[in-house]
Amino acid sequence: MYVAVKGGERAIENAHRLLAHERRGDRDVPELSLSQISEQLSLGVDRVMTEGSLYDRELAALAIKQARGDLIEAIFLVRAFRATLPRFGATEPVDTGQMQVRRRISSTFKDIPGGQILGPTFDYTHRLLDPQLAEGFAPDTPATAEAPAGATPRVTDILGRDGLIEPSPPAEADIPVGDLTREPLSFPADRDVRLQNLARADEGFLLALGYSSQRGYGRNHPFAGEIRFGEVEVEFMAEDAGFAVPLGSIALTECQMVNQFKGSATEAPCFTRGYGLAFGQSERKTMSMALVDRSLRARELGEEVTAPGQDEEFVMSHSDNVQATGFVEHLKLPHYVDFQSELGLLRKLRKEFAEANEAPEMQEAAE
Amino acid sequence: MNAPAYNFAYLDEQTKRMIRRAILKAIAIPGYQVPFASREMPMPYGWGTGGVQVTAAILGPKDVLKVIDQGSDDTTNAISIRKFFGKTAGVATTTSTADATVIQTRHRIPEAPLHAGQVLVYQVPIPEPLRFLEPRETETRRMHALGEYGLMHVKLYEDIARFGHIATSYAYPVKVNARYVMDPSPTPKFDNPKMDNCPALQLFGAGREKRIYAIPPYTNVVSLDFEDHPFTRYRFDAPCALCGAGDSYLDEIVTDDKGGRMFVCSDTDYCEQRQQAGHRGSESAAPHKERAHV
Repeated sequence: MYVAVKGGERAIENAHRLLAHERRGDRDVPELSLSQISEQLSLGVDRVMTEGSLYDRELAALAIKQARGDLIEAIFLVRAFRATLPRFGATEPVDTGQMQVRRRISSTFKDIPGGQILGPTFDYTHRLLDPQLAEGFAPDTPATAEAPAGATPRVTDILGRDGLIEPSPPAEADIPVGDLTREPLSFPADRDVRLQNLARADEGFLLALGYSSQRGYGRNHPFAGEIRFGEVEVEFMAEDAGFAVPLGSIALTECQMVNQFKGSATEAPCFTRGYGLAFGQSERKTMSMALVDRSLRARELGEEVTAPGQDEEFVMSHSDNVQATGFVEHLKLPHYVDFQSELGLLRKLRKEFAEANEAPEMQEAAE
Repeated sequence: MNAPAYNFAYLDEQTKRMIRRAILKAIAIPGYQVPFASREMPMPYGWGTGGVQVTAAILGPKDVLKVIDQGSDDTTNAISIRKFFGKTAGVATTTSTADATVIQTRHRIPEAPLHAGQVLVYQVPIPEPLRFLEPRETETRRMHALGEYGLMHVKLYEDIARFGHIATSYAYPVKVNARYVMDPSPTPKFDNPKMDNCPALQLFGAGREKRIYAIPPYTNVVSLDFEDHPFTRYRFDAPCALCGAGDSYLDEIVTDDKGGRMFVCSDTDYCEQRQQAGHRGSESAAPHKERAHV
C-alpha cells in the first residue's frame, strides 16, 4: 500500500519542539540570561541591532538567544518585528561631532585635536587563546583620565577647512531622506538610499566587496580619515511643543574614509569621502561600508564602472542577508512539480539524442 | 520589553492599504510589475512572503482560505502558511478548491476550474521573465516599457535550434492582454492554459523582489510560441495511480531503489474528490494519513 510522503502538521510541531529542546542544550548547564548576552556578547548584539535596523539591546539579545547564536537568523527575527512597528516620525539628524567619544583614531594624522583615543579594541592584542578567560576571570579595573573639555572635532572637518576634501552635501529640509523599507528600491538610487542599504547590509558581504576594491577591483585609494565610537544624543522634533525633545543617547560607530580624486575639467583635485555608520561598536562594518559607499559613487564622480563593488544594482540587490538567506534556503522547499516538468523534458531530449545517434549506424548497416 | 501585538492578518492597516493600492494598479495594467514596499514577514524571503502579503492585504473575516504548495494542501510550507493565517486572522480554512474564496499557491494552479469571485494568489520568486536574459532591472524595465521582447523570442528560437523544442518546462513566459510578457511563477507549463480567460482574479506577489502583478478575470493570456512550433503542454502519459485521472498533472513517486515509479495527482484535493466519487487507480489505497508520533 502506498502512503504519500508528505509533510504534516504534527511533523512540523514536533520539529519545533525538538528545536526548543536543542536550543536549551544540556539542562544541567545554567540557562543564558538576556543581560549576559547583552553584556558579554555585546558586539554580536551590536551587529544584530545594526543589520536588524532596530536599536534595542534587549530585543537583539532575545533574538540571539532564540536563534541559538545564528546572527543572521537573529537579524531576521528583529527585522520581522521591526516591520510591524508604527512610525511616529524621523528624529533630527544626529551630530557625531558632539559624540561622547570612547574610541577615536585617525590614520591620516599622527596627532589631532582631541587626540587619538584607543578605547576598547582588539587592535594590537596578540591573538593567543587565553585559558584564564575560561572561567572566573576578574579583569583589572580600567585606567581612567580626565575627560577632555568640549567636543572632539572630526578629522574630515579639519581637512574641509582648507578645501582639501569635498564638502558633505548639506541636508535639504524640504527633501525627506529616502527609506527603502517604505519605498521600494529603484535604480539609479540616490546616496541616501544607498547608505541605508549599506547600513542594513550583511557585514561579510560588504567586507568582501570593500576588500575587493582594495585589491584592485575598482580601486579608490582609501585612508581611514577617522573612526569614532561613542554615544550621541537623539532628538525628536515635537511639532506640538515646537522644539526638539531629547529621546536619549545611542552608541554609534562612524567611519570617514578619505579617498583620492584626480579632479576633472570642472573640478580641482581634492579628497573625496566614503561614509560608514552603524549602531554600537561595529568597526569592521563601518570601514567596509565606507569603502563600498565610495566605490558606488563612481558614476557620480565620473569614474569608469568596471568592478562589482562599483555596480549599484549588483551591490544593492544582493547585500541584504535576510533576503539572500531566504532565497538561498528556499531551495529546501519542495520543487516536485517543476522538477517533474524538467524530468519530462530531459527524458524526451535524451530519447531523441539516442535515436539520432543510432540512426546513422543503422543506415550504414543497411547500405 | 516591547511585547508585540499584531493586527488582523498580521500586517498593520497602513501597510495593507499600501499593498491594496499596488494590487489595484496591477489589475489596471494586466501583467505589469508594480513595485511595492514589501515588508519583512515572519517567514523567510523566498518562502512565500509576497503571496502572504497579498493574501494578508485582501483577506476579510468571512473569507475561506486554501493554501497549496506543489498542488498539495499538506506539504510543510502550505501547512505553515495556512496556520499563520488561521492564527493571525482566524479565518476559516479549507482544502476544497471549490469552497475557497482565496487560494494561495506555490508552483501549481488547481485542476478544478476556478469560478468568478475567487482569488488565486501566486507566490513568485523571480517576477521578471527577462531576468535570466538580462540581469539588470534598469534594462528589463526599459524593455517592458518599449515592448521590446525580441530577446525572449531569440531565446526560444535558440532552444528550438539546439534541442528541437522550446526547452522551458516551467515558469513558461506568457503575454498578458497582448501587451506585457509575464512570468507565471514556476508553475509547470501544463498549467499555462488555465490562466487564459480565467473567471477568477489572479494576483502575483514577489516579496523579496518587491513586485506585485495581476491578471484580471477573463483576460487573454497567451503562452509564447512560434507558428511552426506551437506551445504544447507536458504531462507524463499515465493515469493517476490513486484516482485514475487522465487529465491531471502528476507527481512522480520513487517507490524503491530498483527503478520502481508511480505517478499520482499533484493536486491532492482533486485526487481525493475523485476518489470519494468512486474513481480508482491501479494503486488505490485509503486516503493518506499521517503516521502518528506522539
